[in-house]
Amino acid sequence: MQKEVLEHGLNLNRRRFLSRLSLGIGSVALGSLLIPDLFSKGEEEIAMTGLPHFAPKAKRVIYLFQNGAPSQLDLFDYKPLLQKMQGEDLPASIRMGQRLTGMTADQKKFPLAGTIFQFGEYGQARAHISELLPYTAGVVDDLCIIKSLYTEAINHDPALTFFQTGAQVGNRPSMGAWLSYGLGSENKNLPAFCVLLSKGKGNGQGVYSKLWSNGFLPSIHQGVQFSSGENPVLYLNNPEAIDKADRRKMLDKLNELNESSYKEFGDPEINTKIQQYEMAYRMQTAVPEITDMSKEPESIIKLYGPECLVPGTYAANCLLARKLSENGVRFVQLYHQGWDAHGDLPNQIKGQCKDVDQASAALITDLKQRGLLDETLVIWGGEFGRTNYCQGTLTKTDYGRDHHPRCFTVWMAGGGVKPGVYGETDDFGYNIAKNPVHVHDFHATILSLLGLNHEQLVFKHLGRRYRLTDVSGNIVNGLVA
Amino acid sequence: MRHLRTLVVILTLSVGIVFLSQSCNNKDGKSGSLPKTISYNFDVRPILSDKCFACHGPDANKRKAELRLDIADSAYAPLKETKGAFALVPGKPEESEVFKRISSSDPTYQMPVPESHLGLLTEYEIAVIKKWIRQGAKYEKHWAFITPVKPALPEVDNKKWVKNEIDNFILQKMESKGLSPNEEADKERLLKRVSEDITGLPPSIQMMDDFLNDQSDNAYEKVVDRLLQNKAYGEKMALHWLDVSRYADSYGYQDDDVRTQWPWRDWLIHAFNENMPYDKFITWQLAGDMLPGATKEQELATAFLRNHKYTEEGGVIPEEYRIEYILDKTKTYGKGIMGITIECAQCHDHKYDPFKQKDYYSLFAFFNNSNEIGYEGAVGSSQGAKKPILFINDEDRKKLLSFINFKDTGKLQVSVMGERDTLRKTYILNRGVYDQPTTEVRAAAIPAIMKFDTVQYPRNRLGLAAWTVNKQNPLTARVFVNQLWQELFGRGIVKTTGDFGMQGELPSHPELLDWLAVDFMEHGWDIKRLVKQFVMSATYRQSTKATEDKLKIDPENVYLSRGPRFRLPAEFVRDLVLSSSGLLVRTIGGPSVKPYQPKGLWEAATSGRGQLATYKQDHGDSLYRRGMYTFIKLTVPPPSMIMFDASNRDQCEVKRIKTNTPLQALIMMNDPTVLEASRVLAQKLITEQSKPEDKITKAYRLIVCRKPSDKELKVLIDYYTEQLQLFKDKKLDAALTLKVGEYKMDEKADTNSSAAMMKVIEMMYNLEETITKG
Repeated sequence: MQKEVLEHGLNLNRRRFLSRLSLGIGSVALGSLLIPDLFSKGEEEIAMTGLPHFAPKAKRVIYLFQNGAPSQLDLFDYKPLLQKMQGEDLPASIRMGQRLTGMTADQKKFPLAGTIFQFGEYGQARAHISELLPYTAGVVDDLCIIKSLYTEAINHDPALTFFQTGAQVGNRPSMGAWLSYGLGSENKNLPAFCVLLSKGKGNGQGVYSKLWSNGFLPSIHQGVQFSSGENPVLYLNNPEAIDKADRRKMLDKLNELNESSYKEFGDPEINTKIQQYEMAYRMQTAVPEITDMSKEPESIIKLYGPECLVPGTYAANCLLARKLSENGVRFVQLYHQGWDAHGDLPNQIKGQCKDVDQASAALITDLKQRGLLDETLVIWGGEFGRTNYCQGTLTKTDYGRDHHPRCFTVWMAGGGVKPGVYGETDDFGYNIAKNPVHVHDFHATILSLLGLNHEQLVFKHLGRRYRLTDVSGNIVNGLVA
Repeated sequence: MRHLRTLVVILTLSVGIVFLSQSCNNKDGKSGSLPKTISYNFDVRPILSDKCFACHGPDANKRKAELRLDIADSAYAPLKETKGAFALVPGKPEESEVFKRISSSDPTYQMPVPESHLGLLTEYEIAVIKKWIRQGAKYEKHWAFITPVKPALPEVDNKKWVKNEIDNFILQKMESKGLSPNEEADKERLLKRVSEDITGLPPSIQMMDDFLNDQSDNAYEKVVDRLLQNKAYGEKMALHWLDVSRYADSYGYQDDDVRTQWPWRDWLIHAFNENMPYDKFITWQLAGDMLPGATKEQELATAFLRNHKYTEEGGVIPEEYRIEYILDKTKTYGKGIMGITIECAQCHDHKYDPFKQKDYYSLFAFFNNSNEIGYEGAVGSSQGAKKPILFINDEDRKKLLSFINFKDTGKLQVSVMGERDTLRKTYILNRGVYDQPTTEVRAAAIPAIMKFDTVQYPRNRLGLAAWTVNKQNPLTARVFVNQLWQELFGRGIVKTTGDFGMQGELPSHPELLDWLAVDFMEHGWDIKRLVKQFVMSATYRQSTKATEDKLKIDPENVYLSRGPRFRLPAEFVRDLVLSSSGLLVRTIGGPSVKPYQPKGLWEAATSGRGQLATYKQDHGDSLYRRGMYTFIKLTVPPPSMIMFDASNRDQCEVKRIKTNTPLQALIMMNDPTVLEASRVLAQKLITEQSKPEDKITKAYRLIVCRKPSDKELKVLIDYYTEQLQLFKDKKLDAALTLKVGEYKMDEKADTNSSAAMMKVIEMMYNLEETITKG
């Protein structure tokens, strides 16, 4: 059964139901405050008849987006040939005339630049991992490292938008919004889709709120930006002079007036409004509890690193992501900016890795020790890769890399993925040699891990049934355990 | 779609039962008896379009079995892949493959095939198809592509109720559904409704008193006329068109630097206030620069086509983006003015509508001769406008462009349209990709809508504009009338405002739509007249009261047996708060402003480059302007607007979704704008010589726009008394409560009473009714 039909039916039912319920909804709401979950699980099950489409392996997603595009050649995709051919021109037979960005298209030469970092082999799969990521190397047996992702865009904005919405342009719903729409929320006091932002010191490219947009889906599916600071959700905090009891008093009076308005006009929206105020009130308690790091034990602080106590850092966001996810948030989207190293790469990437390595690995370990890794899909990666040739001047200790859409590395963990290394690139790290994974395939696979058929999770908008995967995408079985 | 899934079913504690969802097979609630005569357009085509045309429709590339079901000739012809069989045999459903397959339960034979994921037809749908074939399987041209003619006014029983022609159509339908109209809304509520709909602002107490005291027969009409003369009318009307034109104050994309398109917004408000006829309004915006002896004002109007995003990201391929900009212009024209999803034909022939990919690029060609380039220059050197640019100097502002609100001297620059000297060739782009041109095409408008006669029309934007506003064009007037209807009645006569094509919803009142469209054109495309026609109708003036019966028969109020009741648009929520508190600064137009906004939003998302890397909040008057002047940075649009469903202006939008969420509740409770307004109004009232209940009544009238009932007043007075005591007893901190916003504190107002009154007013702002047009 298709989702859109369900939505419509549910809509009708809500109206029908609320219109019958002429009395007492306020008192229901008030009584329910004693119970953390006003909205019963039963409702969710009914709402989701037919969804998920099949048994899910993962229930939740934490997406650690490395915004700006980390260099796969300095982190995962080890290519000794590049070191041997250091400074030599990229052979035309390898480049095959493929398009380049305006930043290097006019370069007369494309000198190959091998990484200056050491690589080791780790885990059962003997996966290559750079010395910059020691903690990541420590959890390698949980990782499914995909070396053969590719995309169509060569600039940040369209590439990011493509990864998040399945289209390079067009105000489409974000992946998190699709999941919120398809699977709903597990926790009625928190949004289904939360977004956390942080910044490294490397060259940054900004993020855009359209990346967590609901597009044409109802705005309830829009990503809600969280922070680990004092005001974790916009407008959440009461004014300083008002405390919880005082807010309650105001809401009681407000409900009384709204209810009498309902009696007069019978518009179901009035009752919905009453419910929304109650939900807001509950969020005022639920959210600060979750964003409060002060009660985390020493062992957790040690695991994520001391930065996790500094609001707004990547480490703090990883810890917050775990807490949100643990509390049933369907999709937690992190963005860490600063990976766009067109120059000064060796220096910048060190800083970026220091920001993210420990906390990313800690998240895996932490989820695992809580027994949550199996049902939580963690994804780590950027919007494209970086070139094997140098942008700007190549020296022994310095180089830059331009955008490279034709192959790059992303890893996933937990949530039903098969640990190991998937896909290969050629010896130059320029083209894919084996098992290519397109962004649409990647999306199709993620949805299938969550029990959703990417061809059936549709929303009809202006006469067309839209999907996250647009009109293509194949599930990559090699990624699935 | 106003809904929140979490509310679909609610566990009632008292009863402890879960209300179970019922069957949702019949999407449109259609079931039971079939119409006497089956109409292809209204009964059959929606089914075929949804379930069959994807493989047996207009798209040649996806067509299966060489069968088309969207045109009679193909559907009646012998089937190519099944010898001796016919898809449709008029009069004989049992011999028609269509009927046999849709009613089959054999998965290897049935249609739609399971792999299509389209789902099988419902029993009702199958019955419709069967009866249609039996009655001769007659095809009709799509209703929206036939030039409308003015139908005769329907006869109605309750003649006394009718106030103008609209009511004939509405009442006739209502009566056929067993519904009867509500009584007229009470004067106060009607005044708020019409004031919000015409000016986007609540009425003043003076207006309320005048209207309440005016017992003359035409008291309401006098109010309407006065509102239409108010300059706020232009602002109200402009808001929807700002969505259509995807207006913003920044370029979008990565660095998202500042741009200065706002003089076009000033023009837009001016054009509505001058009551520029719609045909002229469209012509200027599409081709003002090409009119003989074009004035700067006419050139300025074409900024409409340049309001889309522009990339300033380093390393882009200019042609890729130049093409993107032309695609955007084409889409905006298609969706905003024609009400069609022409962009579907960008990569392939349209799957549902008779628009070929060639038609798409022929339309695209009109805009492709724009003298602009894909990428203007280095990162970080952003200018307020991109070529072609209209420069506006002091002299212009004193004369022709006096409506532009700008105090500084110096040149203003706006991105506008301008033609190249030599014609740029246009090609069909394979799969819509910029570097895959195939066949060359020449500019022409969509033939399936109306022939583009090149004797009559030049192959340029002027020709397109003339074709668009030709009275024979079946879409232009219908689409605009429908948009305006949607803005006032909350739901278009065609619900899918942006899609009048085959996949769009059918009009709920087709004859009314046609009558209004033709009447609109016959009366010189007079927009103010149209607004007045709407609000003068008895249909519009009804009370919004929804009885259980009405909710059961017509939950979405499609048949309008009650007045429109909807939450105000985001911008007007803000305006109501500022206006009722007396804070609103009524300056019209000018550059956008940066009022209070939660800290760190721009900073967290920026690349660090450009003038908009950090949010520099304004002070003084700029804090209290109407919502439509709040600065829109595309990558981080103002959150309090977005949460109330404002367009993010990324693309052309013709319809806002209306949601009801907890984040909206948080805004109304905690946004400093609301708190400051409450404080300022409270202090004003406290310094007046009057009793507390009079102060509360006055506040209530300003905010809710009516006098409170005795019961309501009692709740409010109790709350005031209780709060006052808490402040007096120091259980709550009065000084701290009042400390919000930059507006100066009134030291003469008693602190405790002010704080208590502020709390009462805050609560009034949080009432559902306050931000609802009812």
